[in-house]
Amino acid sequence: MADKLKLEMVTPYKRLLSEEVDELTAPGFVGELGILPGHTPLLTTLKVGELSYKKDNEQFHVAVNWGYLEVEDDTVTVLVDTAEKSDEIDFARAKAALDRAEDALKSLPLEDKKHIIMEAALQRALIRIQVAGKKGY
Amino acid sequence: MPSLKDIKKRIGSVKNTQQITKAMKMVAAAKLRRAQEAAVAARPYAEKMQAVLSNLAKREEADAHPLLSKRGTGRALVVLMTADRGLCGGFNANVSKAAERFIHANEQGFDELDLMIIGRKGRDFLKNRLGDKIIKVYENITADASYKTAALIGQEIIDNYTSEKYDAVYVVYNAFQSAIVQNVTLEQVLPIQPAEAAAEDESVIDYLYEPNRGQVLAEILPKMVEVQIFRALVESNASEQGARMSSMDSASRNASEMISKLTLQYNRARQAAITKELMEIISGSESIK
Repeated sequence: MADKLKLEMVTPYKRLLSEEVDELTAPGFVGELGILPGHTPLLTTLKVGELSYKKDNEQFHVAVNWGYLEVEDDTVTVLVDTAEKSDEIDFARAKAALDRAEDALKSLPLEDKKHIIMEAALQRALIRIQVAGKKGY
Repeated sequence: MPSLKDIKKRIGSVKNTQQITKAMKMVAAAKLRRAQEAAVAARPYAEKMQAVLSNLAKREEADAHPLLSKRGTGRALVVLMTADRGLCGGFNANVSKAAERFIHANEQGFDELDLMIIGRKGRDFLKNRLGDKIIKVYENITADASYKTAALIGQEIIDNYTSEKYDAVYVVYNAFQSAIVQNVTLEQVLPIQPAEAAAEDESVIDYLYEPNRGQVLAEILPKMVEVQIFRALVESNASEQGARMSSMDSASRNASEMISKLTLQYNRARQAAITKELMEIISGSESIK
């Protein structure tokens, strides 16, 4: 059994990551899930959240939007709509998005369709800020 | 024999044309670089998607989800991707003809085939030939195709498919190979056809699905359609710029050739005129003697 995982992360716009990692933690649909080498084949959807992985005792963080993750033969394939490494996040922009979403949520009634959209935006902004605050990269 | 003035005028006009074709070539080259990057960048995602899908197919029956199951041969939709602008060689005509051929041949024996066209040129080309089959035309979306646009079109296609308006969906586009080579490609989008599973005897361990099988399929399969549309869009855009660049390049070269030919003709005519004038002067002075 290999003692490393091959992590491939791609978005429609580019191949973001392709490396050997020791372990990773992903925001699965039903909850946070950790993956170590030798994991059984798995297919799961991801929600907006933080994906982190460990490589040579160093921790890296990536903010991911909707996507999914497949594990097979110690290869982890992550397909996501958008993903940003922690050093790529524009903190000011995320903060602005957060404020905007908060304002909108206060003024919108719950039944409004936009409510869901803004809620998702709020979540994305929160995750970005959370990831940007972390080191690594 | 055209007069000196006529030739000069022609040289001037050819030079003007050449300037335009040269400028268009430069613009296309700049756009090509960006479009090519986008097309190449979109490939890993689509390929990974295919890989996941074929892994999935090894484990699932064909009728596990409506988007996977084969239906009859009622109506089919053909999505044709062309450019909004011309002056790019055979780019638009080739792909439009391929779509036309596909519809005429109708090898699967569909009762009815409809056309959805992306790009103005495809509509212009097929308006008179297959006008009654065109159900929808999208314009001005190829130039900077975003994933969002592709997702919207993908969603529309899926809606039409699940409501059983169509039993199959195909897409015809120019796949980008290099700046000079584009391959007209026809792909089946729906029902989704996973790449052939490799070896049958391979022991297949069941996937662990989270949250559950139905939900995972329901999320991934529509995604696949969107990705296919997106990929076709960016590939088509890159091909368009490549086709325009090479056709404008050859147009510029033809113009240079023409200019040198005309210049030669002009010089000959000038020389002939001078000779004639000299002869007239000489014969005039001879006659006075």
